Amino acid sequence: MSARILHIARNTFREAVRDRVLYNLIAFALLLSGAAIFVGQISIDIERLVVVNLGLTAVSLFGVVIAIFIGIGLVSKEIDKRTLYTVLSRPVRRWEFIVGKFFGLAGTLVVNAFFMAIGVFGALLYVAHKFSKPDALILVALYFIILEFLIICSLALLFSSFSSPLLSAVFAFSLFVIGSFADDLRGFARMAHGFMRWIATGAAYLVPNFSTLNVISAVAHQQPLSAQLVLQNTLYALFYATMALSGAVLIFERRNLK
Amino acid sequence: MTAQRRTTIIAGACLAVSLTACVLLQHRLDQIRPESTIEDVLYIDSPKVVKRASLGFDGLMACMYWTRTVQYFGHRHYELSHTYNELAPLLEITTALDPHLMPPYQFGASFLAPAPPNGAGQPDRAIKLMEYGIEHNPDNWHLYYDLAFVYYTELKDYKKASEIFDRGSRVPDAHPFLKVMAAQTAQHAGDYTTARLLWSATFDTAREKQIRQNALEHLRAIQVDEDVSHLQAAVTRFGERTGRLPSSISELCTTEHLPGVPVDPDGNAYTMTPEGRILVENPDNFPFASKGLPPGYKRSGLPKFHTKL
Repeated sequence: MSARILHIARNTFREAVRDRVLYNLIAFALLLSGAAIFVGQISIDIERLVVVNLGLTAVSLFGVVIAIFIGIGLVSKEIDKRTLYTVLSRPVRRWEFIVGKFFGLAGTLVVNAFFMAIGVFGALLYVAHKFSKPDALILVALYFIILEFLIICSLALLFSSFSSPLLSAVFAFSLFVIGSFADDLRGFARMAHGFMRWIATGAAYLVPNFSTLNVISAVAHQQPLSAQLVLQNTLYALFYATMALSGAVLIFERRNLK
Repeated sequence: MTAQRRTTIIAGACLAVSLTACVLLQHRLDQIRPESTIEDVLYIDSPKVVKRASLGFDGLMACMYWTRTVQYFGHRHYELSHTYNELAPLLEITTALDPHLMPPYQFGASFLAPAPPNGAGQPDRAIKLMEYGIEHNPDNWHLYYDLAFVYYTELKDYKKASEIFDRGSRVPDAHPFLKVMAAQTAQHAGDYTTARLLWSATFDTAREKQIRQNALEHLRAIQVDEDVSHLQAAVTRFGERTGRLPSSISELCTTEHLPGVPVDPDGNAYTMTPEGRILVENPDNFPFASKGLPPGYKRSGLPKFHTKL
């Protein structure tokens, strides 16, 4: 990775920290410790499940919200503040700017997820009093959540490269929702006929498949995950993020910034 | 005093007063509308819709629905309600969201099947729920056991119960007592030994304190029912032989060669009315006993568990 991309990524990370993005960790800690302490008193026999389900769901949702709301402003904010012109007047290519922003945002989310993961394991230790071997599967679920972040970051950047922040947020969040229904979309495509079948199949393969990256329930029940799934999901997320990022670069390269 | 400091003090005081007022008013509102906190209404009763709305986070949603089910049942049970309209839909939504979540099946069967006020009096829905659980967790022998239990205790369908025990016994790693139960229910259905075996198995295998305590109370009740049956039979024999009723329970024990005056599981001696009816001293201590109760006896409030695990 070129030093220029690294510099942009590091600055993006610093800016996010300065924007108090990591404050969400406080809300996360309160949510999880509250659940760990109180669920045992208001429910029956699901303390461990709640900690795993709630912890991983919160990691995922907090991350998605941060990815969307930071990601959509990454380009437009630089244009509004006119700092983009300062950056691009130096020997920095436009694609390097986009890729640097992507890595900076992804890095922020990884650091955020890392601290949240510590919280999840801490809460788990509190309710179960010890770790068991299948608890290591939580790490796989966290890894899939990070893959999900990569896709969301790239999509937010893609929309941010040609649209206003508000519209970018709407597009990115809509794709997140649609992507959660990816399996249903494929099922619908199988049932459709003629031209509709083509359209539905095309849409089903074009939207990101977030349902395949969501293994929270399986991990909560300590069900094993195959190495094939890990490999295929990794490749899928990397290719999808690359695709969206390439789109962002293509648009941004041609964008008239005057 | 600077203007900034004055503003800080006034704003701080306003905040504190407003916060206190909000809390007090909310408390008053809860008193005016006590029923508003837990409603007997399910706005969305379709498991499929709830599953879709969970955006893939159905595991967490299932935990939330299960907690809501526990709260709903607990609230209605506390009120000695005879209707549990939303119990079955809540359990069905919970298990549709996460078919591998076990507590809704295990507790659900014992919430749904018994007659009110101990349960919803819906054994058919309990069976449907358990069959759904077995369909999605075919290797979990506990589910077969719980299903057979509903057939045995609520529907008194001993043949079906035996069949289910037998199905469960063929599951890999099934507890060996399922085979015993299959044979026992087929041959000696409805007797005290079989009932004791069932509840003992529940007590020994359940992990949850509430289930174990419930099993223990049933075992105590079976003991009372069996003792009272034996003593009542002794009274009948005495009457047939002498043409009169025994004057006291001591006379009954002596003439019937019983080893001392029998006592209930709490250690209190059984008593006898002048009409020759055997009674337990504190019927409230045996919420599931069906014999040894005074004529016209009605349980006061909820069944209380008198044993501590």
